[in-house]
Amino acid sequence: MRRFRKYNEVAHESDSGILEQVLEQRTRLAHRLSGVRRIAAVVSGKGGVGKSAITANLAVALALHGARVGALDADLNGPSLGRMLAVARSPLGEDEYGVRPATGVFGVRVMSMDLMLAESDTPLRWKGPEGDGSIWRGTAELGALREFLADVAWGQLDWLLIDLPPGTDRIERLLDLIPRPDLVLLVTTPSAIARLVVGRSARLLREAGVPRVAIVANMTSYVDGTGAEHPLFSLDGVTELAGDTAFPVWAKIPFEPAVAALTDAGSPIVSSQPETAAARALGSLARQMEDALMDAP
Amino acid sequence: MKFLCLRCDAVMTLSERQLPGDGTLAAVFTCGTCGHEMAMLTNPMETQLVSSLGVKIGGRTVPAQPMEITRSGLGGAREDAFETAENRSREPMQWDAEAVERLGRVPGFVRGMVKRIYMDYARERGIAVITPAVMDRARSDLGLEGM
Repeated sequence: MRRFRKYNEVAHESDSGILEQVLEQRTRLAHRLSGVRRIAAVVSGKGGVGKSAITANLAVALALHGARVGALDADLNGPSLGRMLAVARSPLGEDEYGVRPATGVFGVRVMSMDLMLAESDTPLRWKGPEGDGSIWRGTAELGALREFLADVAWGQLDWLLIDLPPGTDRIERLLDLIPRPDLVLLVTTPSAIARLVVGRSARLLREAGVPRVAIVANMTSYVDGTGAEHPLFSLDGVTELAGDTAFPVWAKIPFEPAVAALTDAGSPIVSSQPETAAARALGSLARQMEDALMDAP
Repeated sequence: MKFLCLRCDAVMTLSERQLPGDGTLAAVFTCGTCGHEMAMLTNPMETQLVSSLGVKIGGRTVPAQPMEITRSGLGGAREDAFETAENRSREPMQWDAEAVERLGRVPGFVRGMVKRIYMDYARERGIAVITPAVMDRARSDLGLEGM
């Protein structure tokens, strides 16, 4: 039987420079993010827990405190941050530094797939051969996410908030690109199912060695029209999650119909309804983020 | 990926690259010792997979364009998703005298940022001249009270 040498035993400078091209992509990403002081990812693993609304409100709350904020909508299939941050759907400009992000409320710089799709109900599709899409679609989405991070002229930012879609695989994809985000906010609701699904994300984050993870419990109670707060579920799931993971609970955000309605309409409640219980909880969460990462360079 | 000429035990080098159609990529490799040639043909799915990685077989001849994968691969994209020479406003952005005066009252340490926000706001809405009225509208729309 023939004995072949291993790949690395055959000395040869590659014609394609594939490895060099991949390394160049990583260098470009690292260079771009060097202008960002703090990166915070808003994740869950579970859908429908309010990650995007929390991201939009945190972006505005931090901007109201004077920070330069970017918001990256990593939910390529279900983008919503552009609308929540009232971004005009005009052509994305470009200069020598890259593609300019759109400007949302309070000057928040936004990049979202909904700025690029033809209609609000256009599904995300990639050009390519018929069939076998499952093999390369994930790679294309990872490539697009890398471009959102590396090819957008974010400029100097105090915070870059990244809103991740559901699915633990999406968290892994982000960690492939940014192995050590400064902060991960793990959003959950008190329901037992959320606790189960979010628990998987928590384990993944712990095993990946992410340095700082905090739990954000959303929809913990209901605030009626008079401002009175009523419990919605038992908070056992949140307490259990915190106990099992040793991740601190940084916020308990009550459900207020106004939160969804106003934020969805491009008017995040931390600025439009700052006196509400939910807005106060979100504002307090933003301050906690600033305090925890005060020493970031 | 390396191609080895077994007769010469030499690595073959890329000598030609073609896209003959149907999503096929043809790459020709030649042995520098004996001149033996071989062609590698990828099927459309393999070509797409490589393209999705944002790399070029055979190396790049021009630097990557920003957001290359998104621009070239996105189906159902807005035709005017990115600014082009055609859809870019031909008129340079202008500030009228009152707007310049008002901008001058913004504290120096944030003036650059505020100016950029107003310019982005105007550019995104196709406004060619920034006036105090535009600034007021931007402040209201973007929640920039006090700037």
